[in-house]
Amino acid sequence: MKHFKLVYTAGVILLSVLLTLGIASLILAVLGADVLKTFWVIFCYPFTTLKNLSGVINIMTPLTIVGVGICVAYRSGIVNIGGEGQMIMGLLLAIVFALNTELPRALALPAILFFGVLGGACWGALPGLLKARFGVSELLSTVMFNYIAAQFYSYCLRVPLLDPAVAGGSGDPQTVKLSTSEWLSRINEVFPSLDKGMRFHTGIFIALLIALLVYLFMWKTPVGFKMRAAGASDRAARYGGISVSRYMVLAMMISGACCGLAGTVEILGVHHRGLGNCTGGYGFSGIVVALFGGLHPLGVIPAAFFFALISYGCSALQINKIPVPSNMIDVLQGLVILVIVAAKLVLANPYLMDRAQRRLCALLGRKEAA
Amino acid sequence: MLDFIVLFLTVGIPLSSALLLASLGETVNQRSGVFNLGCEGVMSMGAFVGMLIPFMVGGAGKVAWVVNLAGLLAAALVGALLGLLFGVVVIKFGAPQGIAGIGLQLFGTGLAGSLYRHFIGGAQGVAGIDAIRIPILSDLPMVGKMLFSCNPMVYFAFLMVPAVHYLLFKTPWGLRVRACGTMPRAADSMGIDVSRTRYQALAFGSAMAGLAGAYLSVCYAKIFTDTLVGGRGFIAVALVYFGRWSPLGVMGGALLFSLAQALQLAVQAYGFTTFPYEFLVMLPYVLVIVVLIFVGKSKHVGPAMLGKPFNREMRT
Repeated sequence: MKHFKLVYTAGVILLSVLLTLGIASLILAVLGADVLKTFWVIFCYPFTTLKNLSGVINIMTPLTIVGVGICVAYRSGIVNIGGEGQMIMGLLLAIVFALNTELPRALALPAILFFGVLGGACWGALPGLLKARFGVSELLSTVMFNYIAAQFYSYCLRVPLLDPAVAGGSGDPQTVKLSTSEWLSRINEVFPSLDKGMRFHTGIFIALLIALLVYLFMWKTPVGFKMRAAGASDRAARYGGISVSRYMVLAMMISGACCGLAGTVEILGVHHRGLGNCTGGYGFSGIVVALFGGLHPLGVIPAAFFFALISYGCSALQINKIPVPSNMIDVLQGLVILVIVAAKLVLANPYLMDRAQRRLCALLGRKEAA
Repeated sequence: MLDFIVLFLTVGIPLSSALLLASLGETVNQRSGVFNLGCEGVMSMGAFVGMLIPFMVGGAGKVAWVVNLAGLLAAALVGALLGLLFGVVVIKFGAPQGIAGIGLQLFGTGLAGSLYRHFIGGAQGVAGIDAIRIPILSDLPMVGKMLFSCNPMVYFAFLMVPAVHYLLFKTPWGLRVRACGTMPRAADSMGIDVSRTRYQALAFGSAMAGLAGAYLSVCYAKIFTDTLVGGRGFIAVALVYFGRWSPLGVMGGALLFSLAQALQLAVQAYGFTTFPYEFLVMLPYVLVIVVLIFVGKSKHVGPAMLGKPFNREMRT
């Protein structure tokens, strides 16, 4: 039993995948759907055309950036559930800046993105400060800040930023469209030689760059090391002379900055204007993505792709005539979180592995192997 | 002015009941050391199941009462089951509770929305449980309308305050629950099964959350929508901190929060439309944060081992 650890790890992972798929199938069966066909639409349909794949990449972009932000906070010992609010505050500041300035494109885009980052960072710093200074649990304060940001945003859309074209009408409130020079271009506009079906926007490159930069920051710089030390064991870090509360606030600022950037990229790339519900629940999905990516910025990239895939698949269920509502994505995400956190603890528990090994050896009729 | 205050309280008291039921349940959870952030998801499932049974069976008069009651009980049962599922993840496997709670929240709200679209679909209401007027007392000026013509579930919610207080502080089970939340290792050495006690507390607390959801769909709105619960689960968790883990404090918190919400509805009803209502909607959330700041300072009030998994085989 030399490779028992490897076999055990693979076994636990396989078992968790089977468990997740099993529960999901059960729910789909209750909903009266053809289980195999549903899974085909969720996992394979997005690959069928370049247009679908571009849709997946467009969802992957904000998910990656938010996921990276959640990783930074989590590694520093904070669970940031406030992604939604930080996205909103970031994109709001970016829109206000974009609508009120006339800059050449080379200046405008970085400036707008900067203001998005700033908005998110400030909003993220608040719960960080509250935790560092007053010991307010970030699990609760970030949720409250989400609601406050959402209300503030809906006020801004309804009154100061309202598009005169919809004013007084019955349409949903939204802002004026940004001028085209402020949009993130589509990939087929940058490289005209590419197929017409490739329609994802260039925000994905920003996302990949951010993931790389955050990885380098967290793992290759002293500040990143101190942040991770504070998250791994705050008492040991304090003993080592690290000001835990300062790095806590910094971590929340970086986390919020990422979320604000994600919101801004989403606006510049997809919606091109501010409208209600444009954060699309990415603040919560980002948590799932971060966990699935092993809480590592580079692991987040494939995880974001995977969740963008099933998210796109779930939203395509109706057009494929499968009677499953798109809420199914929430069910899957919730299920994945519950299974991952449990499986992780099983893997980390040496006693459990020991017991499994002994039981296996007894089963095989061998002597206890070390 | 007096009319305004009466309106404000008449709206506020029914609003508070769902929060009150859910936070009382969460108080029991947290007293046992389990932080259940998935309360929102449990409430959604409770709201759906509570409405499903009256919707499917229907009936009128006496039958409707039985059916509605069955809906409420089923909601409590589903809540308890979800609580036990959460328990398997956080007690048996010792997973981090904040993250697992988010998982439960996504799972519960998503499942409730999906099942609702499949089994009910569209904006369909139920007759539900109506408010009852207590004879004589409800004819009293002002207080009659405020206190004596409420929904039976509202009375139930407020009766649960002394009941939960008694349960937590005057029964052996309550003592065991509090011991598991404060010092599980000592409880374990005295022969208390920490895991089992926590499972029990979680089942009870989540059943209350399920009931709170069913109150919203069967008694309050009489309809289910994706946004019916609308963050009340998270507020309920925050109110437990607010009320310093005591049922009476939680009741104060639920009332204060709901009255702040009712203020916004009353202001709109009185036609102050020039003032942006969004800021009034924000008010309760700001209030919670401000109160959390003051609660955060005081130590040694809540369960010391809140959110910490217990494994008797591991050294701490």
